[in-house]
Amino acid sequence: MKLTFNIQGGDFTHAGKPSSEVKKVLKQLNVDGKTVKNIVIALYEAEVNVVAHAWKGTVLAEIDENKITIFVEDDGPGIPDIELAMQAGYSTASKQVRDMGFGAGMGLPNMKKNTDELLIESEVGKGTKVKMVNYFK
Amino acid sequence: MIGDSKYHSLDPSKCIGCTHCMKSCPTEAIRVVNGLAVIDHERCVYCGQCHRACPTHAFYVEQDDLAMIRSFKYRVILFPSIMIGQFPGKYSEDQIYDGLKKVGFTHIYEVEQPMQVMIDSINEVLADKETPKPAISIYCPAIVRLIQGRYPSLTENLILRKAPHNLAAHFAIEQLRLEGALREEIGLFYATPCIAKIAAVKSPVGESESIVDGIVNMNQLYNEVMKVISDHEVDDHSVQRKNLSAEGINWSLTRGESCHFGSRSIAIDGIHNAVRFLERLENDQVKGIDFIEMRACDQSCAGGILLTGNRFMTVERLERRAKRYPSAKEIHQENNLEKAQELKRKLILDPIMPKPHFAFGKDRVKAMEKMDKAQRIVCFLPGIDCGACGAPNCHALAEDMVNNKAKMSDCIFLQQKWVDEGRIHARKAFLNIQKKWGADRFKADCNKRGRRNEGF
Ligand code: SF4
Ligand code: SF4
Repeated sequence: MKLTFNIQGGDFTHAGKPSSEVKKVLKQLNVDGKTVKNIVIALYEAEVNVVAHAWKGTVLAEIDENKITIFVEDDGPGIPDIELAMQAGYSTASKQVRDMGFGAGMGLPNMKKNTDELLIESEVGKGTKVKMVNYFK
Repeated sequence: MIGDSKYHSLDPSKCIGCTHCMKSCPTEAIRVVNGLAVIDHERCVYCGQCHRACPTHAFYVEQDDLAMIRSFKYRVILFPSIMIGQFPGKYSEDQIYDGLKKVGFTHIYEVEQPMQVMIDSINEVLADKETPKPAISIYCPAIVRLIQGRYPSLTENLILRKAPHNLAAHFAIEQLRLEGALREEIGLFYATPCIAKIAAVKSPVGESESIVDGIVNMNQLYNEVMKVISDHEVDDHSVQRKNLSAEGINWSLTRGESCHFGSRSIAIDGIHNAVRFLERLENDQVKGIDFIEMRACDQSCAGGILLTGNRFMTVERLERRAKRYPSAKEIHQENNLEKAQELKRKLILDPIMPKPHFAFGKDRVKAMEKMDKAQRIVCFLPGIDCGACGAPNCHALAEDMVNNKAKMSDCIFLQQKWVDEGRIHARKAFLNIQKKWGADRFKADCNKRGRRNEGF
């Protein structure tokens, strides 16, 4: 089954809707609590990245019998050096965003920690594409 | 265990099927069937929200017969401190204690004692590096069941230490043994402020069996005491309260627990607030908090459904009372409890297991099919969550349909559309609704609920 969501850049108030919805579905599918938690944490980080850095984005979650694949794509400034962004503490967030407490790193390490597969592609000036896969136990 | 027994029921002669309870239930455990509310006990967490919402007081609480206390030689009443806050201010603590004796109890214990034992015990859990943070209190049994059922991944955050009624029960047994009592001669009765505590006592979570022998409904006990309470001076019963502390008296109020633990703690009251917060917690959006106190009732147990007094006045009365009592530490040092270590050991709970109750069955492929189907059905429903179908919202109706518990024609909007499209006859559509809601629903009746100014 497929779930899709739109994310508005800069709308911190409503960040978290896609991860909450995905969570609800996974729970109804009887996916174990730990796995659900990992997925939700990773997706929330990805969402907040779009909200904090990009202009707009989409989330597509594809769920099948034994895994979930999540695509998060945005129109935004892109990440110049993904390897650097993978290091904890690195931030490209604007000062305004950092002041709101969202800027301490882009959460990429946290996304890596909570997913089984993580793929990031980015083009400066155009946007970023993230693919995350988690397998159910 | 969730759903192993019923601790509350509905009087069909009083229920008018108004849907208020169904709309207020945090776990979507209620449906209206044939014009009457029906509780799904598998999903119910005993938060009591439905009792509050019911305009006709159709819900009632299952309880033990007070006469059963007579079969014991030592008859102990265990009650949370908030009970004292129910009585009119003119009655002294001694007069209330005296009243409880007249009702038939031989020994009287407020449950929040000796509180330092509890505080130390919880602090031990928090100090353990293995304890997942934030640690969540198990004090309110409705919250424990809510977490097991709806937030299964958070069960590991629950603090495995028993609630005050267990503490006082062990303490009372210990003290009565010193008086020469045998365990089988002692009857322990707990006066409960809510159904959640009844469920916790009758089918405990994380304990193999309950230590308490019977349950007394607090407002029933209040009425019994009020019948016999003396207006004159009575004997001094204060020795029975010598282990009661300021901390103990405040324990059941909001922040009564959280103020003692961790460097950063949060207190949440009200079941719907708890639901919202647990969502966040489950998404890992709460950082740096050590301890969470969470209670199902607004103003915590002062808002329990079996209380008589106004919750805000109860809080004020208790806070004032607490000021007159020494601190738990002082009492602990002064009374030098020999058995403190042993008591502390008895407070340890067995692990609490998740019991997810929202899943569409065990088979994931089938569950996905059902979910897909439910999603497609939702597209056809009006999305205004009117409740006229007997389900709390359109989504719940769609889920009921795929679980064969409801039909498309239960939605009055769809029916109307079908009539318009000529797919069913208007007469048939009307009969469907009449079947769902009962013929009386359509009779003119000026005393029917729903008039203006008839709010809560
Ligand atoms: S007690 Fe709470 S969970 Fe149970 S049916 Fe009533 S509102 Fe729902
Ligand atoms: S807050 Fe207190 S009275 Fe209310 S359900 Fe929980 S334990 Fe019972």
